[in-house]
Amino acid sequence: MNAFRTILILAAAFLAVFGEATLPFPRSLLGAQVDLLPAIMVYAALNSNLTTVVTLAIFGGLWFDTFSADPLGVTILPLFLVGFPIHLRRDLILRQALFAQLVLGATASAIVPLVKLLMLLSGSTGPLLGWGTLWQWLVMTAGGALATPFIFELMERCNRALGYQPRQETSFRPDREIQRGRKKN
Amino acid sequence: MFKQKNYFALGVVMLVVVLLLSLPTRVTGRFKLALGSWFLPLFGLAGAAQQLPADLADSVLPRHELLKQIDNLRRENQQLRSQAVQSAAIARENDQLRTELNWQKQAPWKLKLARVIMRDPANWWRTVQIDLGSRDGVTKDLPVLTSSGLIGRVSSVSLTRSQVVLIGDRACRVSAIVENATRDMGVVVATSPIDTSLVNLTYLASSANLKAGQGVVTSGLGGVFPKGIPIGQIVYSSSVEYGLYTEAQVKLNANLGSLEQVWVLFP
Repeated sequence: MNAFRTILILAAAFLAVFGEATLPFPRSLLGAQVDLLPAIMVYAALNSNLTTVVTLAIFGGLWFDTFSADPLGVTILPLFLVGFPIHLRRDLILRQALFAQLVLGATASAIVPLVKLLMLLSGSTGPLLGWGTLWQWLVMTAGGALATPFIFELMERCNRALGYQPRQETSFRPDREIQRGRKKN
Repeated sequence: MFKQKNYFALGVVMLVVVLLLSLPTRVTGRFKLALGSWFLPLFGLAGAAQQLPADLADSVLPRHELLKQIDNLRRENQQLRSQAVQSAAIARENDQLRTELNWQKQAPWKLKLARVIMRDPANWWRTVQIDLGSRDGVTKDLPVLTSSGLIGRVSSVSLTRSQVVLIGDRACRVSAIVENATRDMGVVVATSPIDTSLVNLTYLASSANLKAGQGVVTSGLGGVFPKGIPIGQIVYSSSVEYGLYTEAQVKLNANLGSLEQVWVLFP
């Protein structure tokens, strides 16, 4: 574990927020924008330390709220509430299994908007809700689930290509060097 | 399971959230401005990437095609000039008649073109950000429109960018008049979270005589939107709350789903 993975995760969150705000897809097609931050949080919770989870929740949430009409800071807690339990139970989760990634991605992408909506409903200006919100929630859940394995793959490839890899230990040991020839007394 | 560092992490997050949510709107606005400036290099890159295909297309366009376009633009320019002369004459006549009737003169619209640079990433708000800010003279509550009609008002302003809350969001209510014989008046409010082309026109009189296709324009009441900006057309109307008032669905003239360039209306 080194700082490169943390930087990579934060960079992915930074680009994801920018992409969500500037790219018209899939909003123009499905009527809802998919949030990639919960999927990145799942990856961070399973593959990095608690400091990275906290940093991602704070910075990812702040970046998201910057471009949104959401009150600043409202996205931080839902992201952390998703990442924290996954991180605590990371030893019991088969992180390499595609099914586990899909389920975790779907759960995280479903929980984050729900918690955020609950927080927003306690505010002065309520968000725009209706039966269509249910469809948007389904799109976000399904989109997040599908995005999670891609994010895992992409991050692992980036980590392998750019990150520091520990040197493989050779089998050579000086104390076991075969002495050839006769011993000199 | 719960070690000291876990409690610490939970405490840090809770502290940051409570601190940020308790800050006044003015301060959080400044925070948002500071955080948004981190993305400036990406805005530059995105702008350049958008401009590149247009530049490439221009460079490979044959000369005869360019000459044809210039010819068409010259014709269009001449037509618009003659229309402008006619409009100026009508405006003069309007001013003269208003003076004779002791009515207040109508101020001409001052418009500034802006580019839509991003949309709200959250699905429950209808806002966009434009590339005009306080340094361009933009202030809060200025109306924003396209050539088709009204789209919203400026809700917050930073130095180089402004947030526009679109018509159909809960934070953007517009007083409107139906263009019929009785000039029925109502308020445009939000409707479905998915369909951005429809809004509700509510609090219309129960006796309102509405028909599909009738135009809806701003009433000028409320002091934010000037009178007469087109909003949309009536699609369907129904009596609500046991006949207490009438509600209508209005199809917006402007396509909110594909906004690229908008006009900010200055007073």
